[in-house]
Amino acid sequence: MSHLPLSVTVNGEQQSVDVDPRRSLLDLLRDTLGLTGTQKGCDQGACGACTVHVDGRRVLSCLTLAAQVDGREVTTIEGIGTAESLHPVQQAFIDCDAFQCGACTAGQVMSAAALLEEDGWETADDVRELMSGNLCRCGAYPRIVDAVLSVRDAREA
Amino acid sequence: MHPFTYTRVDDVDAAVAAVTTDAVARAVQVPEDAAFIAGGTTQLDLMRDGVWSPGTLVDISRLPLADVEVEDGDGDDGTVLVVGAAVTMADLARHAAVAGLDVLRDSLLLAASPQLRAMATIGGNVLQRTRCRYFRDPTVSQCNKREPGSGCAAVEGTARMHAVLGVDAGCIALHASDLAVALVALDARVRLHGPDGVRTLPVADLHVRADDDPARDNVLTPGELVTHLEIPVPDARTGYLKVRDRASYEFALTSAAVVARVEDGVLAHVAIGLGGVGSVPWRATRAEEVLRGRPASLALFEEAAAAELADAFTLPGTDFKPELARRTLVRQLRDVTEVTA
Repeated sequence: MSHLPLSVTVNGEQQSVDVDPRRSLLDLLRDTLGLTGTQKGCDQGACGACTVHVDGRRVLSCLTLAAQVDGREVTTIEGIGTAESLHPVQQAFIDCDAFQCGACTAGQVMSAAALLEEDGWETADDVRELMSGNLCRCGAYPRIVDAVLSVRDAREA
Repeated sequence: MHPFTYTRVDDVDAAVAAVTTDAVARAVQVPEDAAFIAGGTTQLDLMRDGVWSPGTLVDISRLPLADVEVEDGDGDDGTVLVVGAAVTMADLARHAAVAGLDVLRDSLLLAASPQLRAMATIGGNVLQRTRCRYFRDPTVSQCNKREPGSGCAAVEGTARMHAVLGVDAGCIALHASDLAVALVALDARVRLHGPDGVRTLPVADLHVRADDDPARDNVLTPGELVTHLEIPVPDARTGYLKVRDRASYEFALTSAAVVARVEDGVLAHVAIGLGGVGSVPWRATRAEEVLRGRPASLALFEEAAAAELADAFTLPGTDFKPELARRTLVRQLRDVTEVTA
């Protein structure tokens, strides 16, 4: 099978690569572009560790064909903050102690960052429901909810 | 994953032509291996697991089918929502036109996860394949859905997330869509665009029961594409109740979509979809017959629910389902009608 020419903006940078049609967005990011912050957990859409933003929406990169993001804007964990200048969600995860082993954290942060731009939620229960696509086997859920709410509250203050 | 060719199309005719081997000689079957892809959330899993190996994927995610329009209906219909098949579950759930249509909104928001809802389209949701784990495991040789005549490993093995209505010992695969259960209760229709033109079909007639033909999921003809859903907005109260093993991000054990209007204590209109129990999104016509035109009461609700589940096909792993489905339906009839005695 021939490879496809693909042009995609990743973290603000235009990338032009040829991809195997079978390649997932997750593998494109990690293996082709060397952006290994996005994690491969289950590789079947169940755990949320691979969450990235495509045109601002949180999606599962393991269930997205790379070919399907041609012309789109992809944002990964590397694109939202740096060690020197953390994204507010990243800072909140530290402040709230919202992770332990860290395997799920990139996905949690990307999911939370998108959630903060979405409408229709208010309470801790809403956050639990709307973060349910991100599993944490260490069980940091209560603190993840705290982190999300703290960023929301800081914005509204 | 087996190799495949990927193409992207910009309009519906091109999409249909792209999966039709020979658009002139329309008698020629579309090869099994040419398929549409939009959200792809189920398809990538099936391809990765080796259950499904299309030779060509035609990407329809950028067709101009991403709008929700509110139209005046014909005849008895009031307003009709005309929803493009590429509208995502998330966008439909949050659309202003759906705000008062609880059964539709909740069937969407109680399904999958936020990420999946942002990806999955409503056309794909309605056409999703069964989650039966025996179907999804190609090392299992007995599966009448994958390999007609080979048997059913689920019947012999451990069944739980399986169907009890519209099934027999040949296949107990469940249709796991929540949305489709709401759609059959709303008398929704699918608009199909194929090599031979456009047709519409009630969602209730779209799927094929496992006890009719386990190898066939739906009645789409080769090359047909779901372009729109037409959803009449009923003059009735509605609701969707989903019962599951955990509170979020889980398939239904049972669910009930109820659309009902009570006038002077009598059920003037009632339509019911049941989820978690059928090989197809289950329209509960037997229960509706018991209820329609009669004075609403809890005893009547129980009679209706019992009638619907009377002929359930159960196995040791699924023998809890008829009772759970009965209770789910009674509770939702009670909640939607606010009849409590």
